[in-house]
Amino acid sequence: MTSDRVFNRTTIVFLAIVLAAALLVPASNLLLPPGSPLHVPDYMMPLLGKYLCYALLAVSVDLIWGYAGILSLGHGAFFALGGYAMGMYLMRQIGTRGVYANPVLPDFMVFLNWKELPWYWWGFDHFPFAALMVVLAPGLLAFVFGWLAFRSRVTGVYLSIITQAMTYALLLAFFRNDMGFGGNNGLTDFKDILGFPVQAPGTRAALFAASALALALGLLACRAIVTSKLGKVLVAIRDAESRTRFIGYRVEHYKLFVWVVSAVLAGIAGALYVPQVGIINPSEFAPANSIETVIWVAVGGRGTLVGAALGALTVNAGKTWFTGVLPELWLFALGALFVVVTLFLPKGILGTFLEAWGFRRKRPAPEIIDEDGVASKPAAAE
Amino acid sequence: MVPRPEYPVRPVALLIAFVLGVLLLAPAVARADAYTDALARFAADSFSETEAAIDGVAASGHPLAADVVGAVREGRLMVRAADKAVFIRDPDGSFRDAGTGSPAAVQGADLKPVRLNNRVRRAVEAAMGTLTLRSPDRARRAAAAAAVFKSRDASALPALEAALAAETDPAIRRQMQEARAAILLTRPEATPDQRAEAITVLRARGDQEAVAVLRNLPADAPPAIRAMAGDAITAIENRIALLRNVQNVVYGISLGSVLLLSAIGLAVTFGVMGVINMAHGEMVMLGAYTTFVVQEVIRSHAPWLFDSSLFIALPLAFLVAGAVGVLIERSVIRFLYGRPLETLLATWGISLILQQAVRTVFGANNREVGNPGWMSGSFDLLGLTLTWNRLVIIVFALVVFAALLVSLKRTALGLQIRAVTQNRRMAGAMGIRTDWVDALTFGLGSGIAGIAGVALSQIDNVSPNLGQGYIIDSFLVVVFGGVGNLWGTLVGAMSIGIANKLLEPFAGAVLGKIILLVAIILFIQKRPRGLFALKGRFVEG
Repeated sequence: MTSDRVFNRTTIVFLAIVLAAALLVPASNLLLPPGSPLHVPDYMMPLLGKYLCYALLAVSVDLIWGYAGILSLGHGAFFALGGYAMGMYLMRQIGTRGVYANPVLPDFMVFLNWKELPWYWWGFDHFPFAALMVVLAPGLLAFVFGWLAFRSRVTGVYLSIITQAMTYALLLAFFRNDMGFGGNNGLTDFKDILGFPVQAPGTRAALFAASALALALGLLACRAIVTSKLGKVLVAIRDAESRTRFIGYRVEHYKLFVWVVSAVLAGIAGALYVPQVGIINPSEFAPANSIETVIWVAVGGRGTLVGAALGALTVNAGKTWFTGVLPELWLFALGALFVVVTLFLPKGILGTFLEAWGFRRKRPAPEIIDEDGVASKPAAAE
Repeated sequence: MVPRPEYPVRPVALLIAFVLGVLLLAPAVARADAYTDALARFAADSFSETEAAIDGVAASGHPLAADVVGAVREGRLMVRAADKAVFIRDPDGSFRDAGTGSPAAVQGADLKPVRLNNRVRRAVEAAMGTLTLRSPDRARRAAAAAAVFKSRDASALPALEAALAAETDPAIRRQMQEARAAILLTRPEATPDQRAEAITVLRARGDQEAVAVLRNLPADAPPAIRAMAGDAITAIENRIALLRNVQNVVYGISLGSVLLLSAIGLAVTFGVMGVINMAHGEMVMLGAYTTFVVQEVIRSHAPWLFDSSLFIALPLAFLVAGAVGVLIERSVIRFLYGRPLETLLATWGISLILQQAVRTVFGANNREVGNPGWMSGSFDLLGLTLTWNRLVIIVFALVVFAALLVSLKRTALGLQIRAVTQNRRMAGAMGIRTDWVDALTFGLGSGIAGIAGVALSQIDNVSPNLGQGYIIDSFLVVVFGGVGNLWGTLVGAMSIGIANKLLEPFAGAVLGKIILLVAIILFIQKRPRGLFALKGRFVEG
């Protein structure tokens, strides 16, 4: 399933599609007349852009879950932190066009009677600083969290639970008005990004193309990591952590590296997501969101990267369709998806497809080994 | 024959009887006189006379006094211009003679109401306060004493002292003494002795309001009195601080028992079986909805059973949640043993399905689950106010804990569960049906969650999202306490509950919770296997 080259066939095909979409979709939206059958309507642009951001988030989750065996139930936290960093930049761009027309403070701070801008808002007037924070904020949190967790060998389910507790704590924290991030309402009512109006079709097209590009680059970066020697060690850690440690690898360093990379990718996805949906609020930290991300990966195929992106696109497109047509049934469908995929499609759509496709290269199925390095009985469904 | 006296009763006796009679009747007569005199002043049609009349009526202690003052307040006290007679017009339109209370047939047209201005209204309010101090109704007397304590109105002092002399109920006597102390303390002409006594009384009351009164001691009071008041304030504040800490601990135990209830079923499925059941919260929810259904049926078919509705709901909730648990285990989880992360995802999916199913059947809104009579209300314990339902839940959580402990340690099923937990293959080799034991263990854990739902329905909103609120906390309790150790779950739940409540006054509810979450995350770094880690060959890693 994992080829040794960065550009294996699946990756090439997927990258070609994504890059083509980055060019063709905006072009169709901007150049074709609304009546044309190939025209992508305006409302679709941010929707599709949002899917691409989710796809990048899913790739970042697959990098750690599929290749290092770290199941994070709190990756939404890194996504949201990146989103907040971008949201803060966009808030500063509003300037005096807010409801209170305050030149120094964002609207919600005027509303809450804040007197001056808190120090952690300094610098967000400048895009390069905000872009740096998009990377640094999730990266630092991931570094501190991962350094503590991996050093003390918190693994498996325990790690999943504390990542969930982490995003839950952040959810509660960002709900507080005293935090200075807009509390319950979050950050919204954006006007400009880099001097271009956020709502304008041209900006939306550019944001879509940027998201597609970010997805392509993120996917390539992850491919580069997993096909390198480091990637082999990661897989070894996933399959038998104790054994890898006994051989002499510093397991925690490898895990920490890939964990931070994954968090940064999630942060970038969040930063691209915010200007397209026009709002960031604490509900992005909700543990349920992070778990949903994991199911995109599982649907697409854990440990395939491209599959994770595909899973995110498929599930979200399905969600949009379902919630429009049969809103009451969506949660049933999502819930059933969780159960069916874990029971009957442990390799996901792409994994199963590739297995069927590549029947010529008959390889022995690898023994399933859990996080604690103990070989387990093969499950009945496999 | 000696002639017998002519008169049947001796003159001396007669005289004594007369004197006694006069003595006995005199106050009543005098009271009646003061009352009629005061009543007559209403006819003068001047505000100052009306005020005097109100004071007079209130001071007379006549049984009709309260009626008259009340009538003045509502403009229902009428004066007949022709003969200055005073009548009360009752709300139904009939008239009574204010002097005797007997119904009177008078023409409304002949009557003029007694007029009011703000001074008169004040007099009316003061008089009502005084009159209620002597009211036959216990609750009204208590309320009046509390009102005087709050207002510290010196003009109420005479009435208060009169009421105090007549009061027999010790609790109300104490309240009246406190009110009197509050007046005396702040009154400029009070003697140091009176003030000292007042401070003692207030110190015994010992709450925030007493401190407020003590702070109002006039600045010109003698230093000794001021020092005494200062001591009293310190003593009261220390007591209040201590009490608050005790209260926080008690509330913490209460919160801890809620956590224990929601986590204890998880301690079985996660701790004993190693299965991550993200649908655990939904089992709690199912238990709460079972209670709702039971109460609905009782309401419509057998209202007299309402007080025992929870006892009926308990076994049903256990069966419903337990059955759903067994179903989940048989249909999904058994295929995923040894793959904890996949189990986590599959049960999360199940939890979504269960939530949506409940939402479809019962609607998305909160459902009302009533408190039975014996669980509502509260009681005081050494100055702590505890609601009955909190206490019941603390006791209930401990009972469930004990029952689970006994069933794991002392029953055949418990023995088999422990055997399978410790060495599945060996247990199987000994003839234990390990897959049955798995299903029953899972059913047991789920059923306990259902029981927890019955209890939580009493203090939380019953909605499809009920379980979501508990799942993260429950997992943290189990992980914090140590997986596979029921005592660890107990200690974990109580420590988290108490720590949460002790943090709240300093940090606020939300920040306190965040601090706690971060603390637990850090704690797990230090001891990845929890407080009471299992040791032995079945612990991997």
